[in-house]
Amino acid sequence: MSSHGINPADLRAVNLPRRRAVNRGMEAIATLAALTAVAILVVVVWSVARRAAGALDLNLLTKDPVPFAFGPVEQGLANAFAGSLVLVGLATLMALPVGILVAVYLTEFAQPTVRTTVSLALDVLNGIPAIVIGIFVFGLIVVGRGQSGWAGAFALACLMLPLVARATMEVLLLVPGSLREASLGLGVPRWRTTLSIVLPQTIGGIVTGAILAVARVAGETAPLLFTSSIVGTQTSWNPFHALQSIPVAIFELSESPDPQDHARAWAAAFVLLLFILFTSLGARWLATRSRRKLGASR
Amino acid sequence: MTGEDENVSITIEPTVRVETRRQPIPPPERLERIFNIVNLDAIYGSKPALEGVTMEIYKNLVTAIIGPSGCGKSTYIRCLNRMNDLIPGFTQTGTISYHGQDICGKDVDPVAVRRHIGMVFQRPNPFPKSIFDNVAWGVKVLGMKDDVAGRVERALTQAALWDEVKDRLKASALSLSGGQQQRLCIARAIAVEPDVVLMDEPASALDPIATQAIEQLMHELKSEYTFVIVTHNMQQAARVADMTAFFSISRGDEGHRFGQLVEYDATEKIFTAPSDRRTEDYVTGRFG
Repeated sequence: MSSHGINPADLRAVNLPRRRAVNRGMEAIATLAALTAVAILVVVVWSVARRAAGALDLNLLTKDPVPFAFGPVEQGLANAFAGSLVLVGLATLMALPVGILVAVYLTEFAQPTVRTTVSLALDVLNGIPAIVIGIFVFGLIVVGRGQSGWAGAFALACLMLPLVARATMEVLLLVPGSLREASLGLGVPRWRTTLSIVLPQTIGGIVTGAILAVARVAGETAPLLFTSSIVGTQTSWNPFHALQSIPVAIFELSESPDPQDHARAWAAAFVLLLFILFTSLGARWLATRSRRKLGASR
Repeated sequence: MTGEDENVSITIEPTVRVETRRQPIPPPERLERIFNIVNLDAIYGSKPALEGVTMEIYKNLVTAIIGPSGCGKSTYIRCLNRMNDLIPGFTQTGTISYHGQDICGKDVDPVAVRRHIGMVFQRPNPFPKSIFDNVAWGVKVLGMKDDVAGRVERALTQAALWDEVKDRLKASALSLSGGQQQRLCIARAIAVEPDVVLMDEPASALDPIATQAIEQLMHELKSEYTFVIVTHNMQQAARVADMTAFFSISRGDEGHRFGQLVEYDATEKIFTAPSDRRTEDYVTGRFG
């Protein structure tokens, strides 16, 4: 014990076979968990695609639904696709500028304490269930005035705002401080530095955040049930009236007794799924590209 | 390797002997004071960085700030153009007057201060724009809209970069080497015609040849601008500076550390006959 040499017995592992077995077991469980996550995605996409196949044609996108149709009638969900386009478009127009301004304020101008507090508020807002936002907008706008596309878009914008603001904050924080100092050191005002030097660096990231937010709210049903769901079957682009949307159409068709309606619901779900899949992939591609650009500019 | 050890041994001489390009400093009555700093204290949060700095900076001279790491050199020159305003929790007391005008007051616009007192940073930080736009952007934003191309060419020439980049002004500034990028940053700073150029260790990230180019251009431009340069490199201070200020770290009564101006004099004097023991220890390499 008192010698300075190392006793070979100290280096010998205790219980090696048992530890190897535990290691292998844990690895297997972790791998299985990862595979399960992927499998769920594959099963969802595949089962939706399989059930959608029957109703997936151009009519789905171009024809309005025909109520109380008996027998095979050419009909689609054009009204829902048009409505979703208007709702999500308007929501983006509302949430994007506000979200970007919030992020610019927090990263470029706010005191650290304000920044942490407001960031926390954004995270809380992000965590509020969509149905609560729906009830809130229902109480705020719909009661007394009736449903409208504006109300639906506003509800979706409330959901988008924290997503856009957080994503923009992240890319703004990536812009090196030395770039701001370079501009401020010339005697250029703060607002001009932000506008001409900082923001152009982050456009890729802001677009990515916006796309992800669009993908997220395009599938939201709950806030629209309260705000924009009592609709006719005609395609309408007018946000002053309630507009049909894909998620709400899926919900309503799934309750119908007609199996044809079920098929159309599946088809609409499949289109929505594809839309979200591709926008997410596109956003990822844009994000890596803009991140690489930012990395090179240091 | 072993047999030749005697040949590469280094002896530290009592004074640093380096060739200088300095001319004799004019007599004090002919020097114009550009900055008059009185009793400047700088504090980060509750941590004092500088205490009681009092010195004058003269027009058309190169003033070097030397001293060990952590002595507040950078903090000090960033006070001179209100760059520290950007750091949360930073406060300063004392007065800095610039051409007799207090620049620390609440009613002073730091943007206007920086407009006259430009800055070059430790690491080259060109904008991710073309070489031309790097220089032209500031010129245009600050409203000097006449003859932008001419101003860009003049600034790049003064920064000794024009010949190297004149055929690729549209290329990205990020394609330049580190030394070229730093000269581009100097061109960007002087293109907006400041009065003073503050340089925070401008050559610390550069190789000796690029360093020499920057020292050369400071020497050539000092008839038009006033330079204040922070440097780690004593030889550099000895080569470029007319006046040298030595800062050191002191301990207060409660044991806190802060930076302090120890000695400020003509460079010649600081390096050959310093009056303070601490300066002598530093410039002869016994400390720091």
